[in-house]
Amino acid sequence: MSTITSRDASPVAPRRSPPARSAQDRAGRLRRTVADNLTAYGFLSAALVVFALFSWYPIVRGVLLGFQQVNFVTDPVWVGWENFERLFADPLFLTAWRNTLLFTGLALVIGFAIPFAVAVVLNELRHAKGYFRMVVYLPVMLPPVVVAILWKWFYDPGPGLFNTLLRGVGLPPLAWLNSTDTSMLSLVLVATWASMGSATLIYLAALATIPGELYEAAELDGANLWQRLRHVTIPQTRFVLLVMMLMQIIATMQVFTEPYVMTGGGPEDSTVTVLLLLYRYAFTYNDFGTASAMSLLLFVFLGGFSALYLRLTRTRS
Amino acid sequence: MSTRTLLSPWTLERPRGKIGYWLVFTVVFALFTLAFVVPLVWMLLGAMKTAPELARNPPTLLPERFNVDSYVDAWNFMELAGYFRNTVIVAGGAWLLQLAVIVPAAYALSKLRPVLGKWIMGLMLATLMLPASALLVPTYLTITEVPVVGVNLINEPAAIWLPAAANAFNLYLLKRFFDQIPTELLDAARIDGAGSVTTMVRVVLPLSRPILAVVSIFAIVAAWKDFIWPLLVLQDPGVQTLSVALQRFEPDTPINVMLGGLVLASLPMVVAFLIFQRQILAGLTAGGLKG
Repeated sequence: MSTITSRDASPVAPRRSPPARSAQDRAGRLRRTVADNLTAYGFLSAALVVFALFSWYPIVRGVLLGFQQVNFVTDPVWVGWENFERLFADPLFLTAWRNTLLFTGLALVIGFAIPFAVAVVLNELRHAKGYFRMVVYLPVMLPPVVVAILWKWFYDPGPGLFNTLLRGVGLPPLAWLNSTDTSMLSLVLVATWASMGSATLIYLAALATIPGELYEAAELDGANLWQRLRHVTIPQTRFVLLVMMLMQIIATMQVFTEPYVMTGGGPEDSTVTVLLLLYRYAFTYNDFGTASAMSLLLFVFLGGFSALYLRLTRTRS
Repeated sequence: MSTRTLLSPWTLERPRGKIGYWLVFTVVFALFTLAFVVPLVWMLLGAMKTAPELARNPPTLLPERFNVDSYVDAWNFMELAGYFRNTVIVAGGAWLLQLAVIVPAAYALSKLRPVLGKWIMGLMLATLMLPASALLVPTYLTITEVPVVGVNLINEPAAIWLPAAANAFNLYLLKRFFDQIPTELLDAARIDGAGSVTTMVRVVLPLSRPILAVVSIFAIVAAWKDFIWPLLVLQDPGVQTLSVALQRFEPDTPINVMLGGLVLASLPMVVAFLIFQRQILAGLTAGGLKG
């Protein structure tokens, strides 16, 4: 503080240019700043237009739509919470949430545990590594519609592949998609098969970064295989596990293609998911307001998970 | 390269360890083949059986007569050529437009750093917080009448290209990569008289090949696999993508022809995967998840 005042007070400011040049400098610098910013915004312009029209504007509009009645004849009418009330009065609404939560829950049990277990085992194998990585990722490259139609055929209770295999090992055949008991489980199985390749390979990459000394030290301390898994492997991959779990919750809560293509929501509404019902409201009943109210609820439910996911991935990188 | 993993090399050297290892290996190998190879082979074989043969229970293991009629029928009756063309237009356009939009934007946000740049990046990243499906309805309505210009893009490939270009995730990946390019390189180019465009094209982009490959793969694969959005905005059968068309044909197409169509629709991506396996798998882990 004192040095600054003394320097300001000194008659000869050694680092300051003469006043005339300084003004010229400032004008020049200003012009360059303006020019630089113009260039930068030129580079940004296309992105700004696309984001404004197809991302930011729809977000704002989506919130408004939830409280409006929309038809394409007259202007939208503000209806307050009416759309939400209509949703809560629809018995399918509760069913859809229950079904979706069941899908997400089953997908966590099956689709979250299996890829990690598979990755831990693969990480120990020293042969045919390329083969394992290739085949587990192959289904990820298939279009989801192809997978859904293909599995619908596998699930055929008569000559379908799965019942043929079950009969082959002496087990009773299942009704798969045709029974309310197994329909959702069948959808979880196909979704897991189609997407577990990416999770497995991401876990493998994470496992490869664990320093070998940790395992050596644990072994010297007398830790057995399970203790090493429990106290070295899992803590060392905790971050990736958490991120993948969040990503999976967000993705599975939006499940649409499998029920749409494979069951259409049946049997007896046992596979009507939130997104399937939202689709019906919007594109079967043309009730875009109620569909938007549903989007808002989904957003509120998943917003917390998304925020946490973004925070974690951004602070870590 | 042998880093120590869960099991110590010592354990594996011992006879008991060796037996255990090969036992586990055999089981895993068999399970993987059963889970991931058998279904695809079953699809290939099924497409070579006739419809009556496919209805038989128990099913035949191998086709009685290997024939490729189903593929030919699928190609002709479902007119797959047109849907392939539509899918290529949709995916290729989405890829090119996305790169044309987000590469300059990421370059500006990373290297030119305009006023409010941080705010703009923040607003773009904030869009990632929304589940994609929460935006289906408002984006659909926007496509039916684009603000300002007032055109209806339903049944136009642009209905897919434009929303795909607003990809905050890929933009962020690019920006993060550009951030690591030393500013001195850009200053050197500038001193040599290069303008911002030249610097981007001649200095930044050649250095960014790996991340451009990753972003390209993400963009193309996402567009090729997408179902719900094309289902909504491509309603005219003449402009539909493979996924939308196959789903439309599924209820009243004989299963052997359908299987032929499924195989044909899967081929391009599977072949691309077998060729670019290294890049695709490397990109997967580069996709923001390096713990």
